[in-house]
Amino acid sequence: MRLGIDVGGTNTDAVILDSADRVLAKGKTPNSEDIVSSIEKVVSEVMQHSGVDPGQITHAMLGTTQVTNAIIERRGLARVGILRLGAPATRAIRPLAAWPQDLRTSIEGPAAILPGGVEYDGRPISVFDEAAVREAVRKMRGRVEAFAVSSVFSPVKSDDERRTAEIITEEVGEGIPVSISSEIGSIGLLERENATILNAAVTQVALRVVRAFENALRRLGIEAQLFLSQNDGTLMTIDYALRYPILTVACGPTNSIRGAAFLSGLDDAVVVDVGGTSTDVGVLSSGFPRESAIAVEIGGVQTNFRMPDLLSIGLGGGSIVRLVSDGPDDEVHVGPESVGYAITKKALCFGGDTLTMTDVAVSRGMAEIGDRRKIRVEQNVIEAAYCRAEEMFEEAIDRMKTSSRDVPVVAVGGGSILLPEKLPGVSKLHKPPHFEVANAVGAAIAQASGTIDRVFSLDNRSRDDVMDEARKTAFEEAVRAGADEESLEIVEVEEVPLAYLPGNAVRIKIKAAGRLKSYREDA
Amino acid sequence: MREITPQDLEYLAIGAAILGTGGGGDPLIGKIMAQQAIEEEGPVTLLQVDELADNALVLPTAMMGAPTVMIEKIPEGMEAVRALRTEERRLRRRADATSPIECGGVNSQIPFVTAARAHLPVVDGDGMGRAFPELQMETFHVYGISGTPAVVADERGAFVTVETPDNYQLEWIARGVTIRMGGHAMLVDYPMSGADFKRTAVRGTISMGIALGQAVVGARKAGVHPIEAVCAATRHTIYGQGIPLFEGKVVDVERRTRAGFAVGQAVMSGLGECRGSQFTVRFQNENLVALRDGEIVASVPDLICLLDSEKATAVTTERLRYGQRITAVGIPTPEMMRTREALDVWGPRAFGYDVDFVPLELRFPSYYRKHGVPEEKMKYLTNNKSTLRG
Repeated sequence: MRLGIDVGGTNTDAVILDSADRVLAKGKTPNSEDIVSSIEKVVSEVMQHSGVDPGQITHAMLGTTQVTNAIIERRGLARVGILRLGAPATRAIRPLAAWPQDLRTSIEGPAAILPGGVEYDGRPISVFDEAAVREAVRKMRGRVEAFAVSSVFSPVKSDDERRTAEIITEEVGEGIPVSISSEIGSIGLLERENATILNAAVTQVALRVVRAFENALRRLGIEAQLFLSQNDGTLMTIDYALRYPILTVACGPTNSIRGAAFLSGLDDAVVVDVGGTSTDVGVLSSGFPRESAIAVEIGGVQTNFRMPDLLSIGLGGGSIVRLVSDGPDDEVHVGPESVGYAITKKALCFGGDTLTMTDVAVSRGMAEIGDRRKIRVEQNVIEAAYCRAEEMFEEAIDRMKTSSRDVPVVAVGGGSILLPEKLPGVSKLHKPPHFEVANAVGAAIAQASGTIDRVFSLDNRSRDDVMDEARKTAFEEAVRAGADEESLEIVEVEEVPLAYLPGNAVRIKIKAAGRLKSYREDA
Repeated sequence: MREITPQDLEYLAIGAAILGTGGGGDPLIGKIMAQQAIEEEGPVTLLQVDELADNALVLPTAMMGAPTVMIEKIPEGMEAVRALRTEERRLRRRADATSPIECGGVNSQIPFVTAARAHLPVVDGDGMGRAFPELQMETFHVYGISGTPAVVADERGAFVTVETPDNYQLEWIARGVTIRMGGHAMLVDYPMSGADFKRTAVRGTISMGIALGQAVVGARKAGVHPIEAVCAATRHTIYGQGIPLFEGKVVDVERRTRAGFAVGQAVMSGLGECRGSQFTVRFQNENLVALRDGEIVASVPDLICLLDSEKATAVTTERLRYGQRITAVGIPTPEMMRTREALDVWGPRAFGYDVDFVPLELRFPSYYRKHGVPEEKMKYLTNNKSTLRG
């Protein structure tokens, strides 16, 4: 049996799934100051509800925003020694350029730009200088808590980065973490280097999160294999997560969309996640979230991670409904202001004084929450607010669709009671069971994956040959991340030819995913 | 004359991406290079074209090659200065200013790197008024300036001086050198006098790029939709008001490489007032021709800019993806880009489209009667089609 946990912005959710992927129990608790106690509280709740013996939990998956928060709040970050290989190239932009000053202050250690790196076709830019690397590392020794190594075109050839990592370990010992860029990011030196430096800076934070997670479960008698969710909706083993903690960024919305897919049984749909203040609309494509074309900024730093493509609108269960006099007619406005967490005090149906969208839903008999009799509002106002919300949903869904055909929509999140059964452009509205804990379900059902993103030359090789190599590398990465080889599938292929270059250079990105090894052993 | 601040370069990066019309390379790396250079060397002055002395020597600088390589193999920083010094030795004269050859994309920023490092001013004008893929596609070439002697320099200290009888051969040979240098290099070409620059440059394009960026960033605060702000930003320049051509979402992107160019098309299906219509943009690095329901509505050299419908930031050819919500905006090109000699070099036929160039002002007369045109374009409002050129 599997335990899925999602530590979000406000709540920590947990679910227990059996070997047939049925939800046995679910729980939700508001986050406390100390995340560990929230995890312990919600997990012990779901254990009790389900009556499952702790020993029966074989896998535990954690989706958490703690690593991202550490960066955003500049907390507990390590000082990083930065080595970049590629000189004389790349000197025009120093490491950490364009970083916010405060983040820089908490992370920046000494930096060196040294010879090494390769051209796009793999020829060396300059001769790798082992002695220079050794000298730079010796100067950094004792002044930094982690190292970040990047080299030009390391997604094409990473020898210099790997050799540098070896030299660092020789000089400073095993205890200090070393992050190398070819294992973290793709083409785009600055963004990849940024992600590598951030990764090095959060290794201590990740270690604390992982140890807390392990301890919380151990205290509850759970001895499962542990995994962390990553930004693309797949899982990492603990070992992998400790090496690449930065990959946990943005896993929340991804888990929510993946959970919606699983609960509804759909692979292609628009997912509408309605919360208290806002609604996120995402797109499920072949079982995975469609990615945004714009790279993610973490704590003000450009990286080349992709986020799910989300459209957020200011409409949720707590959205405030107001009458605005505008000319001869009164107009009904919905949101973007919200009563937020105070809904159980402020909404009319709870005896408060504010008309919210939840009151509108209750008044129309769409939900039974609080006391319907306390909502004394004219029916035409209720209907006008409802129509406005309907329009907002319709427009948001339409903007995310990829064709003019009607699409299925999956509604998740606590506020999804607001969604009307019928909307123009929507073929069928799915409100799956357990919709309110879709994100924890998304963590629990996640697969392991591997990605390759590299530039290949098609000059002396056939395209098939190159694609084969790329596929094989993606498979190997997925197995390293814990996937069962037998179940691996290609879930994403992207091919972008590089302009202005001879030799048919092409950038290929392939992602493979498969179920976890030993996933069915408990069946 | 004005001093360029790092904040101006932020705006310029946003504006130059729009002027890149889908190509030209992401200005981001160039911007950070220029900001670092200004931080280390002090501010750079932007000269209006008229402020140049007739006998001044202008040495334009640019990057040449693959922007996708440049985001990985970032330059060393002094390449363009080494090229400039080599050119000065060859001409036996010191440069008085540098300038862009291309105001769209990454090349809007490179002259600021050169200028800061070599302590020279940048002239506010360029040779393309947008982005184009090749070195002969410049007003400098069209109006008789020799591109050579040119110097191509790499990050290792290698440089090659190129002298050719014509500018097409400059493009061909310099391109080959660039490839041997690892995919991109820095370049000085079209050395010319202040008088020649005044005669042949597209004027005011750097300040226009900055203004476009300010329009994008400042629109919401000013209570204007960013797309409208972008359209209005070029109004009082030699370009004239931009026009929203289509609002939709990308439903198909086709891309392939042909002779080192990213060639293909993007198809959008209409949203809002454009619902029910389809829009196709054909590109070769840059957007060349736009069709609405099969009818051409804009073509090169007028600027076809694909912008994010919400933010009005440029979406480059490489970043085009299924499902993006895009507004296509046309910006009419200045008259000096539309003469017969100019259209021979970059009209639709130069890119393999067997159609005449029809200016945006003639395609959308009611829009331009309403919004007005710059003085030298008044002829388009008088119903006289004789100005139409093939």
